[in-house]
Amino acid sequence: MKRIVTATVHNRSGVLNRVTGLLSKRQFNIESISVGRTEVEGVSKMTFVVEVEDNRKLEQLTKQLNKQIDVLKVSDITDKAIVARELAMVKVISNPQIRSEIQSIIEPFRASIIDVSKESVTVQVTGKSDKVDALIDLLRPYGIKELARTGVTAFTRGHQPQVAEFKPYSLLK
Amino acid sequence: MKVKDLFTPLFPCTNLRAYKEVEGEEGLFIFSRNKQEGLKMKAQASVKEQTATRTGADLLVEALIEQGVDTLFGYPGGAVLPIYDAIYRAEGSFDHILPRHEQGAIHAAEGYARVANRAGVVIGTSGPGATNLVTGIADAMMDSIPLVIFTGQVAKGVIGTDAFQESDIMGITTPITKHNYQVQEIEELPRIVKEAFHIATTGRPGPVVVDIPKDISSMVHNKEIDSDFHLPGYQPTVKPNPLQINKLHEALVEAKKPVVLAGSGVIHAEASEHLKEFVRNYQLPVTTTLLGLGSYPGNDDLSLGMAGMHGTYSANMALYECDLLINIGSRFDDRLTGNLQHFAPHATVAHIDIDPAEIGKNIPTDIPIVSDAKAALESLNEKTVKALDHNEWMKQIDQNEAEYPLWHNQPEEAIVPQWLMQKVYEYTKGEAIVTTDVGQHQMWAAQYYHFDRPNRWVTSGGLGTMGYGFPAAIGAQIADPDSTCVAVVGDGGFQMTLQELSVLQERGLPVKVLIVNNQALGMVRQWQEKFYSERYSESIIDTQPDFVKLAESYNIPGYFIDSQEALEAELPKILADDKPAVIDCRVLQKENVYPMIAPGKGLHEMIGVKP
Repeated sequence: MKRIVTATVHNRSGVLNRVTGLLSKRQFNIESISVGRTEVEGVSKMTFVVEVEDNRKLEQLTKQLNKQIDVLKVSDITDKAIVARELAMVKVISNPQIRSEIQSIIEPFRASIIDVSKESVTVQVTGKSDKVDALIDLLRPYGIKELARTGVTAFTRGHQPQVAEFKPYSLLK
Repeated sequence: MKVKDLFTPLFPCTNLRAYKEVEGEEGLFIFSRNKQEGLKMKAQASVKEQTATRTGADLLVEALIEQGVDTLFGYPGGAVLPIYDAIYRAEGSFDHILPRHEQGAIHAAEGYARVANRAGVVIGTSGPGATNLVTGIADAMMDSIPLVIFTGQVAKGVIGTDAFQESDIMGITTPITKHNYQVQEIEELPRIVKEAFHIATTGRPGPVVVDIPKDISSMVHNKEIDSDFHLPGYQPTVKPNPLQINKLHEALVEAKKPVVLAGSGVIHAEASEHLKEFVRNYQLPVTTTLLGLGSYPGNDDLSLGMAGMHGTYSANMALYECDLLINIGSRFDDRLTGNLQHFAPHATVAHIDIDPAEIGKNIPTDIPIVSDAKAALESLNEKTVKALDHNEWMKQIDQNEAEYPLWHNQPEEAIVPQWLMQKVYEYTKGEAIVTTDVGQHQMWAAQYYHFDRPNRWVTSGGLGTMGYGFPAAIGAQIADPDSTCVAVVGDGGFQMTLQELSVLQERGLPVKVLIVNNQALGMVRQWQEKFYSERYSESIIDTQPDFVKLAESYNIPGYFIDSQEALEAELPKILADDKPAVIDCRVLQKENVYPMIAPGKGLHEMIGVKP
């Protein structure tokens, strides 16, 4: 199962190495990882999307992460109400004739063209991973020259709905 | 001064490098560069004499003294020259043990830490000095031994340039340390040292590496530095949750077939007395892990001996059949559990561990208690004691003990290792510190030496390091100079670290090296016999040095013993002597360690339980 796990860490040298080394040593598959600074100086936030077999493995993952001295807090936010975003840049082969076609494809995704050359356009799309996937699938027939994704970054919504009303976020849908 | 000006070392062939001295903001630097003439060797090392001023190394020494460190295990080299200079100038503050190989230093520190129950301190130089420590660091990580390891590093400006004797020791040791640091600013040094000791010795103990670039240790710094630290990400849970303790107590008074499994967590927490009280209150049968030997008296009626792959039949059957398993400070290692499917299938599992990650890692746990073993046992002992209804169970256990005791062959004259261990036990009255490597001799020592107290048993459990026992005995003897210290080693393992005989020679430490010499890598040979149709691939080593002459070359008495008669005549005298000794004791090669759980089998599927 796919889970989104966030960790706030002390931004010290070697902390990324320690965390990723731990995940590989314990045989966890990381699908994506994104790291960046937070509102607190010296504290960074890591967001992992990991593929784990079962809850026991997931528990191990969070416990092992928590054990690291520079890791301040670990949360599995998959089942919470969250906002999760990923950014992708896609360089698509296109001549002037099909540029407008591409434009019309990306429009419903609220993606934008951020670079144009004679043979290609570069599309920037932001959103949940499934939305990014969908757009990439649509663009693939035109020929993708280059693709870069940042990986998901996420946190919980300001208001957590009561158990009855909330709909879990799923990466799979 | 610019970092890019730093240049190649001048004497690549030696540890000692000659440097042109340039002083900049960042202190004493180390290079020589001459555009016209190219690189030139400078014959004279011009390391500036520093007497009155305080360097980074002095800060380190002060921090060590503040931590109450009095024994160091280390080996000097280029990148730790400033540190060794500070140690020299700190006259008499430390007893510095100089092994003959860094691996010897770190295993000795492990032995010291195990017996003294405090952090062992190791110093190694950059590059090969640091990489030679790796086995010991990994060993300490697996067995939760508190160590603080200081490694030298090349000057900050040349880190990452493949400088002479540079290695990425942060990268190398990250997966095998509880935590590691590279000192980036001199102001951090005192705080990092304090943190390192705190992290190494609290919670679940473990090794902490502190990598100190040479420019930092040689930098002059006379200001006072604040060493207070705050580790919000490291707050071990020491006190148990009272609700969970209640739950365990309820389960306990209901249990018909309870058993206690004591691991080294009990020893780390100094909770042996509390364990005794708890066990005797309820008359619980106790088994221990390999590393937990001594946490509960091995000779006690309630003790079942060691459990696991080569544990006793009664201990393993108790684990298999119990309805309540109380694990205190053991991590359910695979050598203990055997096939997980057959491990305690009918039991409610309670697990007391200070490391939450160990709970539920291998065995699903019904009553998890994250706590220090002592605190948990104290809470349990406060509960009202109720006599358990478990007579049947105790009878069954007694029956197993009577019917399936440990057994071994007993030839007329030749020595079998099991008998040898019994004799060592007898002659030392069970009071010696025993250290071992890994393998057959380790298992026999564990089976036949009944430890009645904690901190007497020093062995490489998790990593299973050959060559561990002898240097560990040196550290153990230093920690406890008045006890008899016997290094039970195999002929294979001893040859991996025997250079440390020189330390015995130098210090006259009365360590008794007992070589259980079967001229083979016994455990490998045993497995080849059992599981590889007796194809003894590279496991029979009949070419050996003359160990007696070897000992004598170090000015240590050497003994050759190959019969029971000789052993009974000689060994008591040797063990009672206050001199070091190397005893080449020849034992039968084809002896196997029994009973045994074959790989992949469950605890109830022991083989070799009877002759």
